[in-house]
Formats: sequence, C-alpha cells, structure tokens
Amino acid sequence: MADKGGVLVVAETIDGALAPISAELVGAGTRLAEGLGGTASAVLLGSGLDAAASSLAALGTARVLVADDERLADLQPDPTVATLAAIVGTEEPSAVLFGHTPSLREAAIRLAYRLGTAITTDCTALRAEDGIVVMTKPVFGGAAIAEYANESGPTIATLRPRAFEPVEAGSATAEIVKVDVPADVASRAKVVETVKEAATSGPRLKDAKTVVSGGRGLGGPENWPVVEELAGALGAAVGATRAVTDAGWVPPTHQVGLTGTTISPDLYVTVAVSGAVQHIAGCSGSRNIVAINRDPDANIFRHARFGVVGDYQKVVPALTKRIKELRG
Amino acid sequence: MKIIVTVKQVPDPDIPPTHFKVDEGARKVVPPAGVAPVMNGYDGNALEAALRLKENHGGTVTVLTVGGAEARDTLKRAIAMGADSAVHVNDPALADSDSATTASVLAAAIKKIGEFDLVLSGRQASDTDAGQVPLGVAEILGLPSAAPVVSIEPAGDGLKVHRMIEDGYQVVEIGLPALVAVSSEIGEPRYPPLRGIMAAGRAQIPVWTAADLGVDVSGARRSTLRRLYVEQREAQVDLIEADTPEEAGIALANRLREAKLI
Repeated sequence: MADKGGVLVVAETIDGALAPISAELVGAGTRLAEGLGGTASAVLLGSGLDAAASSLAALGTARVLVADDERLADLQPDPTVATLAAIVGTEEPSAVLFGHTPSLREAAIRLAYRLGTAITTDCTALRAEDGIVVMTKPVFGGAAIAEYANESGPTIATLRPRAFEPVEAGSATAEIVKVDVPADVASRAKVVETVKEAATSGPRLKDAKTVVSGGRGLGGPENWPVVEELAGALGAAVGATRAVTDAGWVPPTHQVGLTGTTISPDLYVTVAVSGAVQHIAGCSGSRNIVAINRDPDANIFRHARFGVVGDYQKVVPALTKRIKELRG
Repeated sequence: MKIIVTVKQVPDPDIPPTHFKVDEGARKVVPPAGVAPVMNGYDGNALEAALRLKENHGGTVTVLTVGGAEARDTLKRAIAMGADSAVHVNDPALADSDSATTASVLAAAIKKIGEFDLVLSGRQASDTDAGQVPLGVAEILGLPSAAPVVSIEPAGDGLKVHRMIEDGYQVVEIGLPALVAVSSEIGEPRYPPLRGIMAAGRAQIPVWTAADLGVDVSGARRSTLRRLYVEQREAQVDLIEADTPEEAGIALANRLREAKLI
C-alpha cells in the first residue's frame, strides 16, 4: 500500500549516540510530508542502536524503523542498500531523505539506482509543489543554484548538514518498529580498521555554529596560532583553505571547501582567505561571513557581511582580545 | 590490472566569479569566451591513481568519456599523461542527458570495452557537484564500490583502500572487479611529458554512439532541471574602518556583538 505523501528520513549515529543531522532530517522530512499530505517516519540502521533509537523516537516522527544488526555495523553499501530497498519496498514512501554525509551518501546514491529512481545530492532546500518534491542545490562550486524534480518516485535526496532547521526533542515517543536485514545479504567490502584523525580541541568542523578559518595569506605555519587563538576566544571550530592543508600547516581534515568539509555555521570568520571558488563552495551556506584580508579586491568580500581590510597580524589579536572581554 | 578511468570535461572552475553567467531560459551555463573547458579535477586525480597503479603493479589504463566533440581534448590530455587508450562516446542525443542516462551509457561502454578489473572515477564533477554517476555505474554493473577514497593499494586478489569518513578513514578490503571513486588527497595529476604529448597527437580514439552501445536514450528522463540561476546577493559587505588596524579589530568585535553573533 503506497504511503501517498509519506516521507522516510534515514537518521545517523555517531559513537552510538544520535548524530545532529538526524534532527535536521526529521525537521525537513516533517515539513515536506506536511506539504505532500503525508506523514514522516524515521529509519535507523546500524548495530547497538537502543539508545539512539530512543533519542530518535523523541523527535516526533510517526514511527521509528530500526534495523539493528551486526552486518550493518560499518554501514557498508551492500547490506545498507539491500536493507533500505526492502524498507522502501514495504513502506512505498513518496520521498526518502538522507544526510549528505560520508556515512550514507554512497548508499543513498546506490539505492536510487537500484530502485530505478533519481536522486539529488547535497540539497540546501526542499519544497512540495503540487505533490512534486522540488530540490534546491548549489552547483558549479556554489556559483549557481539548481532546482531539480524527479519524474517518478520515490524522490531521493541527500541534505547538506546544517542547511535545515533541526527539531527539538519533545515529549513525543514514536512507535519503534524492528526491521530485519534481508537474509541473503553480505558485504563485498570489508572494513578491517577504522582510523580516527587525532581529535582536535573544540567543536567538530561540520557541525560547528562558529568556524574560524585561515588562508595562505597568513604567510606560514608559524602564524597559525593567530587563527587558533581567535577560534579559542569564540569557542569555534578551526578550518583552513586547501592551500593551507596542501602545504601541510594543518591536517587535511580541517579543509573547508569543495574538496574538504562543507560548513554552514551561523558565523564564519576568515583570516587572510582570498575566497577562491572552490573554498566558497564549502562555506556558501554560512549565515554570516566575516572577512579579514589585506586585499580590498579579494573575492571573499563579495560574500562577507562584515569585513576589515587590513593586516591580520594587527587586526586579529585586537579582535581576539576584545571578544574575550565581551564574552567574559 | 586492467583499469578504466571515467573522465568528464567541465567548465574551468577557476574562472573568476564575475565571468560566470547562466542562461536561465536554456538552463545552461554560458561558456566564458576564451576559457577552454578542462578535465574535471577529481577525474585527473583518478587518472593519476590509475597511472601509479600501472607503474607499480603493471596493467593498462583506458580512459572513457561521454561528451561532445570538444571532449576529445580531455582524452588527448589523458593519453599524453600516460593512458594507453581512450574511448569517446559522442551522440547529440546525449547532450542534455540526466545523470541516470549518463551512468547507463558509461556502464554500456565499459561492457563494450570488455575485460576490466577496476573502474576509477573522481568523487564528483565540479559542474553539478553531484557525485552520483560513478556509483550509478557501479550499481548498474553490479560492482562493489568505495567512495570517496584517498589511497589504493593491491592486497591479495583485491584492493585495500582508505575510504574517508567524517573524522578519519576506514581501511576497506574490496574484491575485484570494483569501482572506486577518489578524492584529491590520492595525488595531484602529473603534467604530460613531451613524449606523451607526441603519443597523444598520433592516438586513434574510437567514437561510439548510443546506438553502438545498444542503449535507448529516447526514454523518459528520471530527473529534470527545472531552474538554474545565479543567486542575487542583497547583502553588501559592511566594511569596518578605523584609524588603526587594531581599532578596526576592536570595532569588528563590537559590531559582531551588536549583531548578536558573539
């Protein structure tokens, strides 16, 4: 029985707890389902999910479908796609939403091709229009915006982290439904080791509400502490341009841009960043960009809300000191 | 190892933002005058990874593209870099195809090329930033996949790859044949040596049509581009000026506080 207007959102965990993208997916899925005249339910895949499933149930979807199985521990594409295809076959939703994250992006795309439908990746907005899902996404490194719609269902989309308003956990308790992994599923790829990059202090780049990045204009790695100190004063995550990570001043996990992490913080402060297209691609979702650069013609000023044209070595220490005073 | 590398020709992503224009009626980018399209950056990384595998472990590298006549330049460059052969799928019927059609055409071309162990692709193209065609090819061909990958080495009968995750990487063992989509960390593409450029000049590149591949491209699209536009920026930068840079820094902090951003 097709669930007309129904929306499934595929939630995620991190270290056993519900990941922040999950509340954003529930928020986006609930609004989309309202527009389509259906209801939203959540899906959770993995191994050892009891705590995360309870957190997810409090976010207010109609149901939470949980596939808790050893074979899904690493979310490798083969078992993940087979399980999702079975769920979609039973539920027949109008739309399935994923986070645009390394964990499930590969499975989301393969699911669309397995179902013979289409997917739009890295969406920053969704709307229902006459029963059709219209998906908005930046293209050409963020230089243009495209709107896509599927010709047949279900519509599948991956959503850019922090581009959608999250819902708050409330008193709701969704019905938790156990779902089986198809019996004949095995992964052709095997994870033999998981290596976490040395945890940096401060919040994770992708989820941070405030990010401070440094660019090549800093001159050299010996000047990097200026960026770190400003980030420390703001309680911000530390980012960098590709030029900086390529030069080895900081590990590649700090890279903001098309080839690195896409961020959407409330406040993004850039120090000596020129604003190359590929960097803007990773930060164009920032709500407020602040640019500090010596070159008044630097492209970053075209995207910034506040700017200072000047020598960062003089501007930033004063900025950092004043922020510390203001934030007490 | 027999490797097939998929490549795409894209507008140069380094064109200044002021030269970037779209034709909203046609829903297309207006190619900037005098700026030649280039090989998609990640596809260059995929080709580099293929050439290193060939150099270190033996094998052949074939590059494959779907595109108009101008895409031939990208294939010539790939041969100049060291690819052994190239295949060009060029059919006017494919000019505006969606990702699903492109994936099915590439999958059919890979089958026609014949025996292979590994398909290498870039993690995404810098025009649509979608990253779905390689994984679509994997799904159509029934291949295991790993993406995005930053390191590849042979291990036993298969490969050991490093697949990026949120805060690090997974070491994944994957059997062959397989499709691996790479990220830039795998290595910068090399410059073509003079000898390669001469080889590229002589290279015969077969051109296949959709009919040659037995793919029906007249079928309904699965995805439609309804609108393409450049976002008008209403926000103008508020430049904070002061007598000294230090005072500008303090004024900036105050302004951020007024705006309730800190």
